[in-house]
Amino acid sequence: MHCLIVDDSRAMRRILRTIVQRLGYETVEAENGRIGVERLHETSDVGLALVDWNMPEMNGLEFVQAVRSEDRYQNVKLVMVTSETDPSRMVRALMSGADEFAMKPFTEQILVDKLKLIGALPDGACC
Amino acid sequence: MPVAEHDLEFLSTIVAERTGNVISSHQAYLVESRLAPVAKEAGLSDIRALVKELQRSRTSPVHDRVAEAMTINETSFFRDPSLFDAISAHVIPDLIDARQSQRSLRIWCAACSSGQEPYTLAILLRTRFPELGNWDVKITATDYSREILSKAESGSYSQFEVGRGLPAAMLVLNFDRVGMNWVVKPEIRKQIEFCELNLLTPFPFYQPFDLILLRNVLIYFDPGKKVDILTSAHRTLASDGYLFLGGGESLVSLETPFERQVLDRTVGYRPLYPSETKHD
Repeated sequence: MHCLIVDDSRAMRRILRTIVQRLGYETVEAENGRIGVERLHETSDVGLALVDWNMPEMNGLEFVQAVRSEDRYQNVKLVMVTSETDPSRMVRALMSGADEFAMKPFTEQILVDKLKLIGALPDGACC
Repeated sequence: MPVAEHDLEFLSTIVAERTGNVISSHQAYLVESRLAPVAKEAGLSDIRALVKELQRSRTSPVHDRVAEAMTINETSFFRDPSLFDAISAHVIPDLIDARQSQRSLRIWCAACSSGQEPYTLAILLRTRFPELGNWDVKITATDYSREILSKAESGSYSQFEVGRGLPAAMLVLNFDRVGMNWVVKPEIRKQIEFCELNLLTPFPFYQPFDLILLRNVLIYFDPGKKVDILTSAHRTLASDGYLFLGGGESLVSLETPFERQVLDRTVGYRPLYPSETKHD
């Protein structure tokens, strides 16, 4: 099962990669939403996407809307990993199809808790 | 070696800044047990060396590790989801049926700490049981520590605290963003009455509770005092009410007036009367 990490910060992608690989995911990465959609199309078994909000070309909200507009991706779990904490914008992302938010700065435990909440921990994940 | 008072003060400040959690002086023992492994992991000899490292660099990643270590296992929203699932699936529907004529529910969180448990209940009732909107629902939340109750009463939590256990949809519906913190909405806060209470003193309640949460607190008492507290709780619980203890606690080997009841993936206790009292 793959986790797609969409973030324009290489450092953040590395942090997220380390955490989800430890949980048992394979990873695929993109530096913005547009490339994220391409990676999603190229990768057959993406079960989870961790998505930043503010990115060039296509932002996280647009990515969520693009993914949810395709029937075949309704079951992909989408978690916004972002410093965007304005409640009205969060509501917009949730209404558009995001499953959860992990607000930056976060700890590994917070991210794991969020994945647990939405049933996105791989079987046998150690946490 | 006990942690020096000035080091404890410094650690309390950085944990409060990062997490909003207050380490009171009676929790000093937690600092030793939780931060010794963090020091070791960071290659530091002891807590004194850890404090020096934290003072050396305000941006050191060790700051986050310290904040996290001091927060883990502290109360969090929806701590022990199976309990809140059972309350939602069985306890509240059962009490709604039983209280149709009074249209009132009384709930007691007996060791509410920084408030996440009573707020979780209030949020759960508001979200899942809108029919209770015109009932008289009162949650009483007590704790031994005045300091921690002030924090609970403020309803103000850091991003780290709301990040754990609380689904984002519940966060945005039930909290306001105030500066860097998230504050429980006033209409939820007003359902909860906070007051200081030592569980070893007589309970000052006149009306029985329908649901009592006495979680993760009996572990601090010897068996005799546990029985005293449970007997007092029995007196203040409605005859068809429910009692819940912490996930790792049970009444095994204690003679108490309660009967164990399995509710899906959790265990609750129902009151028994003198002729029925038995070992669990």
